[in-house]
Amino acid sequence: MSHTLNLTINGTAQEVTLDDPRVTLLDLLRERLHLTGTKKGCDRGQCGACTVLVNGRRMNACLALALSHDGAEITTIEGLAQGGELHPVQAAFIEHDGMQCGYCTPGQIMSAVGLIAEAQAGADPERIREGMSGNICRCAAYAGITAAVLQATETLTEEAERA
Amino acid sequence: MKPFDYIRPERLGQALSEGAKPGSAYLAGGTNLLDLMKTGAARPERLVDITRLPGLDRWEWGKDGGLRIGAMVRNSDAAHDPDIAAAFPAMAEALLSGASGQLRNAATMGGNVMQQTRCHFFADPFSPCNRRAPGAGCAAQGSDRRGFAVLGGSDACIATHPSDLCVALAALDAVVEIAGPEGLRETPLTDFHLLPGTGPEGHTRLAPGELIIALRLPAAAAGFRHHARYLKLRDRTSFAFALVSATALLRIEDGVIAEARLALGGVAPKPWRATAAEALLQGARPDADSFARAAEAALQGAAGHDAKITLAKRLAARALTQAARGTPARVPALPGSVHSGETAHV
Repeated sequence: MSHTLNLTINGTAQEVTLDDPRVTLLDLLRERLHLTGTKKGCDRGQCGACTVLVNGRRMNACLALALSHDGAEITTIEGLAQGGELHPVQAAFIEHDGMQCGYCTPGQIMSAVGLIAEAQAGADPERIREGMSGNICRCAAYAGITAAVLQATETLTEEAERA
Repeated sequence: MKPFDYIRPERLGQALSEGAKPGSAYLAGGTNLLDLMKTGAARPERLVDITRLPGLDRWEWGKDGGLRIGAMVRNSDAAHDPDIAAAFPAMAEALLSGASGQLRNAATMGGNVMQQTRCHFFADPFSPCNRRAPGAGCAAQGSDRRGFAVLGGSDACIATHPSDLCVALAALDAVVEIAGPEGLRETPLTDFHLLPGTGPEGHTRLAPGELIIALRLPAAAAGFRHHARYLKLRDRTSFAFALVSATALLRIEDGVIAEARLALGGVAPKPWRATAAEALLQGARPDADSFARAAEAALQGAAGHDAKITLAKRLAARALTQAARGTPARVPALPGSVHSGETAHV
């Protein structure tokens, strides 16, 4: 039996028909919609490489059954930059060298966007490290990642105050 | 992953009749079930998705100050709500000490109570496991017991219950509301999970087709809010399951413990309420001697790994000590960490 679901992905409404209910949100994005920015690391919810925003909240796409998220708004790393301008979190990761090999980076950035939106960590490096613990970096670029999230938090807070 | 049928009911009655059909499993956040389906440890034939059932994704306060939390409330929403954290700070700290930000956004309060052990022999379908395949044997018995039960285990199973939340719920006298084909019923959280005995495959009192619809925290549980901690020892300070954890709750009146609650995690196949320790503490002074005696009582009869038992005693005493000092104004930056409040690392 095939199943149809509707998703808004990076602002674009899409209707997807699945011939198998086993498809995760991660495999749907990568294998069917060819949005390969979202990475598959462990596929078990342990590494965070697959982090996307579902209705604005960060989640592991590998442990999300696509059908269960029918109607959701999904934001992936491909949807962050607007009009050719990097998202402040992306810019901060570059500025602070928050990566080495780069494989975990899309997940790190999506997780940071989600973390900042949750507004629980503020400018406390300890709370940022704790809040980012669902994203493993095999190259251990953690110092740069923490600095990037701190800076992006400041930038986004200033932007919100101006708006 | 084994193929399955997918059903997404929009009414509770429909979900219950679908869930009662053989081979069905309820899907909520999916963070545990999908993981086990990927390894082959869980092999449902039908997934009944309960994410669209009305009314389960909210909480409500009773007039008396009690709290009823719908089963589909996400862990992060419950933990970050200021009123919930103020009334039940140990529960907020337990929730935030568990998993990661991403997982807490997906995982649900009902699903947390239903989660399976993280015993790696259970998750690996090529290892003998009485819980997964009754009668197959228990691969854990011959292994290093550090990650296994030191209380309440049996020759059939020594897997531990992995939940942080449930340790707090056990101490708070939480009640589980259950819907089923026969109607509604409820059970104390401390009676909800089963010890393995000779048949570890049924780890809860849920009958086939039954569904948790809410968790209730009694108003009296908020009386511990000024002296409440959840501490958790693990192999890394964040995003790891408990080696040993403890919820300590105190009511202190005129320098004497009027009432104490102590529950342990990571040490038993279910959240472990230490009632003998609580009885010792009632009427005692909140000092090191009292807490050491309570910790001894809490681990009475423990066996299987001496160092783990010592750790559990020390953590229980430490959680009681920290609870006596007072609940932190805000959940610490490193929830559940014994390093919280100190500069553990820079």
